[in-house]
Amino acid sequence: MRIAIVDESAARAAIIQEGLGDVEDCETLVITERRALIAQVAAFEPDIVLMDLGNPSRDVLEEYFVVSRALAKPIAMFVDESDEESIAASVDAGVSAYVVDGFSKSRIKPLLDLAVRRFNAFSRLESDLAEARGQLAERANVDKAKRILMNSRGLSEPEAYKELRSQAMRSSKRIADVAEALVLADQIMGTGR
Amino acid sequence: MSDRLKIGFLPLVDAALPILAHEHGFAEAQGLELEFVRDLSWATVLDRLLYGHTDAAHMLAPLAIATTLGIGRPARALSVPFVLGLNGNAITVSCAIADAIQPQGGLGDPQEVGRKLKEALRSIGRKLRFGVVHRHSSHNYMLRYWLAACGIQPEVDVDIVTVAPPFAADALESGEIDGICVGEPWNSVAVERGVGRIVLTTAQIWRRGVEKVLAVRTPLLEERRGAFERLIIAMRQAGEHFVDPANWDVNAEILSRPHYVGADPALLLHAISDRLRLAQGGDLVHFPDFMFQFREAANFPWVSQAGWLYAQMVRWDAPHFDPDAAKDAMAVFRPDVYRAALAGRNSPLPGASSKVEGSISNPLGVGAQQGRLVMSPDNFFDGKTFDPERLEEYLASLN
Repeated sequence: MRIAIVDESAARAAIIQEGLGDVEDCETLVITERRALIAQVAAFEPDIVLMDLGNPSRDVLEEYFVVSRALAKPIAMFVDESDEESIAASVDAGVSAYVVDGFSKSRIKPLLDLAVRRFNAFSRLESDLAEARGQLAERANVDKAKRILMNSRGLSEPEAYKELRSQAMRSSKRIADVAEALVLADQIMGTGR
Repeated sequence: MSDRLKIGFLPLVDAALPILAHEHGFAEAQGLELEFVRDLSWATVLDRLLYGHTDAAHMLAPLAIATTLGIGRPARALSVPFVLGLNGNAITVSCAIADAIQPQGGLGDPQEVGRKLKEALRSIGRKLRFGVVHRHSSHNYMLRYWLAACGIQPEVDVDIVTVAPPFAADALESGEIDGICVGEPWNSVAVERGVGRIVLTTAQIWRRGVEKVLAVRTPLLEERRGAFERLIIAMRQAGEHFVDPANWDVNAEILSRPHYVGADPALLLHAISDRLRLAQGGDLVHFPDFMFQFREAANFPWVSQAGWLYAQMVRWDAPHFDPDAAKDAMAVFRPDVYRAALAGRNSPLPGASSKVEGSISNPLGVGAQQGRLVMSPDNFFDGKTFDPERLEEYLASLN
């Protein structure tokens, strides 16, 4: 079986491809470039095409599938009504699947489930990463804010932190937000330098 | 408690009305909280609508009809209670082709440009390739209508392929296509980059051609009828705001933001004000009614517009004419919902829900259920008219 993975995110495509590596008798092709997309898909003659929902070439690919009905191995959009649940899950995960006509239905479902799991795993990784980046930035701001207070008001580090915390409690804000405001104010006012 | 509605859209100027309804507080005043989901393909806008990621979508009118009829996928009933605008598209061709078919520059005459294109096809000695944004799009139908009426057979004399709007300029530059029919700002982007010239607007092909619509899953429309009626009120107010020259700058700025259209505000301003730069370094050309978003009940979903689109679908695409399908296609447009939403408000409502498209040559006062309604010429460039009551006859006349 031949599966084409069309995704402009090379990292996500790699995660999908890796997942499909365990599937027996499965050859995969990853396409991350928009250029010559259709020619590459056509040359590969896939049984299944997986594509991320955010891909700007989706309409172009679907048009190719419509036109390909005239070909020997026409590819259909994976939209058999009995598969509504699978399709809904794949749309939720952000992946669309297209399957060559006549491909065994019992073989599609596990593959699609696998793709959905991998897409979801990638989304989790991305949001974890974004969160970690956010936390790092917040911590850096708190450190800067403490230093500003230490320099401008001659406080010790624990005192500076206490000041930030009580200000946050008084204004029912997060410490990180108070720190950010203070850093910003300091940049504008040019104090503490 | 406000009602939340999620709206899917593609980055195009004609997604303006729901966006401006949100940004200027018209939706909020109606007790609505709007949220937007920006996508880059119509397939994804449609998927999100069908699988409940969004409650309504900025959608190609023919795609809403094809989805309801089950063309290319299992049928899912969509309803169109509001037309987001008429026209707003243009035909841009590579500079070399433009020199051949519109050598004097400026906007051409559709008959004349078509005649020159036909000649050019003979002398160039290869099939030209035109891009459209989707098989089920007014762009595709308008382009084909124009070509066919000029004696050029789509599929035989020219190829028509799908190109995503944001890549129109790239595709022209790389020679992947020779011309494209696309909405703004993507024609202007190609012009600014010097890779093409605008030779025609679709408003010259059909002066009042239906373009994007607001599409909703039919069961959801019934379920949340009140919220959608209030959305219609808010979008009408946004339309009035959109066409007022005093607001053009601020609206261009809003639409230019990266989470909306994400394009140069100067180009968006051109489209909003019906002014286009047709060639790189050229003057702005004013073409009144390039986009038509508000006046003359532009947002009213005329059943006959859906009928015209269905006729084009039969003419160019898979389905054979089927009177039941024609009825279903026309029932996608929901003037009843539009009327209910705006009854008793300061918005004209036509007396009829269907008209003979292309039959108005001079400004014509038409019967109204509410307000005063004068319709301007709505001609097709070839002088044909479309009577939805005589759909089969119309189809026969095209062959």
